[in-house]
Amino acid sequence: MANNKKLITMPFSKENPIIVQVLGICSCLAVTVKLQPAVVMALSVTVVVMMSNLFISLLRNTIPPRIRIIVQLVVVALFVILVDQFLKAFAYDVSKQLSVYVGLIITNCIVMGRLEAFAMSNKPLPSLLDGLGNGLGYGIILVVVGFIRELFGFGTLWNMRVLPDSFYKAGYENNGLMVMPAMALILVGIIIWVHRNKNKDLIENE
Amino acid sequence: MKSFSNRYMYIYSTVLVVVVAAILAIVSKVLSEPQNNNIRAEQMQMILQAANNKIDRAHAEQEYNKYITTELGVKANGEIVSRYTGGKLELGDVRPFFLNIKDECKKYKAGDADAVLPVFLYDKGDGEFIYVVPVRGIGLWDEIWGYVALKSDANTVENVVFDHAGETPGLGGNIKDDPSFPASFIGKTIFEGDDFVSVAVEKRAGKDEPHKVEALTGATLTSNGVSDMLKDGLEFYVPYFKSLKK
Repeated sequence: MANNKKLITMPFSKENPIIVQVLGICSCLAVTVKLQPAVVMALSVTVVVMMSNLFISLLRNTIPPRIRIIVQLVVVALFVILVDQFLKAFAYDVSKQLSVYVGLIITNCIVMGRLEAFAMSNKPLPSLLDGLGNGLGYGIILVVVGFIRELFGFGTLWNMRVLPDSFYKAGYENNGLMVMPAMALILVGIIIWVHRNKNKDLIENE
Repeated sequence: MKSFSNRYMYIYSTVLVVVVAAILAIVSKVLSEPQNNNIRAEQMQMILQAANNKIDRAHAEQEYNKYITTELGVKANGEIVSRYTGGKLELGDVRPFFLNIKDECKKYKAGDADAVLPVFLYDKGDGEFIYVVPVRGIGLWDEIWGYVALKSDANTVENVVFDHAGETPGLGGNIKDDPSFPASFIGKTIFEGDDFVSVAVEKRAGKDEPHKVEALTGATLTSNGVSDMLKDGLEFYVPYFKSLKK
């Protein structure tokens, strides 16, 4: 059981898909301009990683190694389309906000990465937990970056104004750079820097 | 490692793909009704919003049936070819609400004189109507669309509402997300005397220009897209609007 717990907690810090494995950077730049799409994207990716991890793990002994990537892709695509369809039917506004990025979860390296590295060689329950941990580990970075970008780029959080008007009257201005994708990369870089400073064992020997 | 025969691989992949396809087909069938309802309710909500009726999505259909008393299908020469009023189709054979705006816009751009686009008449209750018309165009990444509502003089903008398929959130996406952008169109006019001039979206437009609004910061191409969309979209209705002014 201790191992299972580790599967969920490790991706939050020492095995974080974004800041340690540096996967899923592309979507991290694209959907973190504001907090709300970042949260929904994080949840969608978590569901997709969990479910495809579970199913690939169940099928793992029947999948011929030579066509395993194709099989993985079909399973991932299945869940991505399901998530997309359900969002369209029951969370229409959010699905519109994320637009193409839901479909692009298919190409998110984290999903394929977990299938290859974990689900193909582990039992269903640990695979499910591994998916949950990695999805949330990915999500937490998305939310942090989305939080900073929305706060300083727009002065809002979850589309509600949080910086008082007096700030703006005193000469404060929203930072236009925060809105640009480049700033997400810089923020992720800063998070990696802080994280490694706290976890010296992650620093490579020269 | 276990080895698998080619035969096994063919059968395995075929079965997998067929199973996945079946699941998707069933889900798509089951969910198509709530999805279509969402799309229809959203369209009705947008039309009402354009006429300054800020109803929520859940009540849009009810409110729509109450206030949009007449739907017209008009041609580019101003001729009315279909009319839907009081829940009945009185003229023509397609309810204007269900016209495929995208296809009809394409037909119009290709020079087809048979293109038909809808006009929605919002009954203000004081004998005057607000005329709501759809517009469609291209933003930076993907399609943008919206509705323009004109006061009963068929000249002054009552309000506008925009939406987009994939503009950058926080930049071009602000045509929808930033309420001050559509609000800046209110009170602008689309005619100068008898000439159609539309409302242009420009940088440093100045607040008092009757036919210009300020562009969005950091979203020049989306702003240009909105500008072109309004010009092309409203141009179609010019003969119809002129017939109203008489």
